[in-house]
Amino acid sequence: MQIDDTDRRILRHHLAEPALSRADLAERAGVTPATLWRRLERLAEGGVIKADRAVIDWRRLGYAVEVSLRFTLDKTNPRAFDEFIAAAREVPEVVGIETFLGRVDVRLNVIARDMAHYQEVYRTQILALPHISELEALMLIATIKETEGLPL
Amino acid sequence: MIDLDDVDRSLLRALSLDGSLSAGELGRRFGLSQPAAWRRIRRLEEAGVIAGRRLDVDRTALGFGVTVFLGVKLATKGRVSLEDFERAVVAIPEVQVVQHVLGLFDYRLRVVARDIADFERVLRRRIMTLPGVGQVEANVLLTEERRPGPLG
Repeated sequence: MQIDDTDRRILRHHLAEPALSRADLAERAGVTPATLWRRLERLAEGGVIKADRAVIDWRRLGYAVEVSLRFTLDKTNPRAFDEFIAAAREVPEVVGIETFLGRVDVRLNVIARDMAHYQEVYRTQILALPHISELEALMLIATIKETEGLPL
Repeated sequence: MIDLDDVDRSLLRALSLDGSLSAGELGRRFGLSQPAAWRRIRRLEEAGVIAGRRLDVDRTALGFGVTVFLGVKLATKGRVSLEDFERAVVAIPEVQVVQHVLGLFDYRLRVVARDIADFERVLRRRIMTLPGVGQVEANVLLTEERRPGPLG
């Protein structure tokens, strides 16, 4: 799909402030509302914009703990990735799954109400996942920056 | 902390997949009047449970083919060095996410780049020159998946 400077300008503003109203976004990007609507439709149809989601703040729902669990899998089993990920999807406290090329194979983002709840999830659900070779945890203290913005 | 019923959880789940759904559409889907759906969404927003919007884009289609997660350990510790590091790292446009963590590393960063050569440029010129930066581990992102989380 061809993307021109107008698309890039729209996306730059849209990514930086996804909650902007359509009218404000059109004004920032310097296009008419009709052009904006047409461009966004086209970007969505072309798969460039994959989703526009509401962000849930889990802490406000009582999930105070967030841990990044980094796994190395037993790669002697060719089904290790698929089976691990399928099992991880069944754990409700897993809010994100990422796969990597590097020392880490898979990362799971896990939330819990408190440390006791985390310990329970960790022991009964996480350690029960198949094909784990190694794992290490990074506990989130604070998110300093989080944006989907791109230097377009 | 806000109490949620099953309808609230359904609304949150739907909005976390498509944040652009209107109160009318959500009402029809879950058997609510438009004003009743609107009031529930408003309550979730006011409680901070819906914390904003996030646009998921095909970064590769926009010319950013490489996403790398970096684990960064600071060489020097102390309040001043954390503040200096954070102030400098959030200003890098290629750095989308900065998280202060506890564990093997002090910070997790998500970095976008056009290709591996571009990533090397960002790493050498921008990341390795950050104040106080010590050991850095890089893992190249292959796939990512957001899960609905514990919404019943």
